[in-house]
Amino acid sequence: MPIDKSMNVLIVDDYKTMLRIIRNLLKQIEFHNVEEATDGAEALAKLRSGNFGLVISDWNMQPMTGLQLLQEVRADAKLKGMPFIMVTAESKTENVVAAKQAGVSNYIVKPFNAETLRDKIEKVLGHA
Amino acid sequence: MHETGAAHRDRASDPFSPELRERLAELQARKPQAEPEMVAEVVRAVLTTMSGDLNPKEVSLLAEVEELGRTIATAKQEIAALKVDDITDSHIPFATDELDAIVQHTASATHSILESCETLDAVAESLQGADATKLQDATTKIYEACSFQDITGQRITKVVATLKTIEVKVAHIVATFGEHAAPRPATTPAGDAGASGEADLLNGPQLPHHAMDQSDIDKLLASFE
Repeated sequence: MPIDKSMNVLIVDDYKTMLRIIRNLLKQIEFHNVEEATDGAEALAKLRSGNFGLVISDWNMQPMTGLQLLQEVRADAKLKGMPFIMVTAESKTENVVAAKQAGVSNYIVKPFNAETLRDKIEKVLGHA
Repeated sequence: MHETGAAHRDRASDPFSPELRERLAELQARKPQAEPEMVAEVVRAVLTTMSGDLNPKEVSLLAEVEELGRTIATAKQEIAALKVDDITDSHIPFATDELDAIVQHTASATHSILESCETLDAVAESLQGADATKLQDATTKIYEACSFQDITGQRITKVVATLKTIEVKVAHIVATFGEHAAPRPATTPAGDAGASGEADLLNGPQLPHHAMDQSDIDKLLASFE
């Protein structure tokens, strides 16, 4: 079954240049319905009021980090099953373990390429 | 003038100088109950302690302690002479400003590159076939490469935090050892999240020889399944 590329994707990063890069890379792999949030709180508000099929979030943000956002998403009855990919420069074992324990769907380390992004999205959405 | 052999023998057999013997006599006159032998023993013990009978190890240790004392005194003078205000008011702010400027300039350049790339993307959409694909592949590579800006920004933020830490530590050293330096209040370096346990996890990009790459992370994630 093909991936529904018309789904809404929320990308979260406090660095606007990175949002722009991810948006463009998503466009290259044919995800055109992309919304942005620049911190965890804004992301959570958008997730609760919108209809998203995937979250792609940075970790290192203030005041709410990507890990805290993930924990909030998993604790929310409506959002707990939301596919959630962490895209971050944090690449220590303890980071990956903490993210996995918090329920991350997949983990991409920066810098990354479009192929990695496509591959992880396909895996998360169950079409690998 | 050389003393005679008899005088030398007398001094060798009598450890007390005439002056000391005289003072002992005075003391006995004032305190007749004090036994001269007892006083002599105390004086002998004190003289022995004062003058030595140190073994070579103790002499060496004493020399080292003296050297250490001199080193500490020199270090204190140098630290006191250190112009800490130059470091905290000039050198470190200059370095952090320069680093901030690097981030701003690279951000501005990245913005321009992305804008041009988006224009090329729009052109690619108007093309057909191999040319469109080739152009799109090229713009994808440019987008991927532009993520350097995020990584370098995070690395520079780490360097700035390190400089701030050095600034605080230098100020503490001067406050502790520099006789003329006023103590400075401790400050938390910028970027030090500090407040939560998660702060320990936020280390930013790792140097290549310390970092896990995507395949390492994939293996680690797979180990949970």
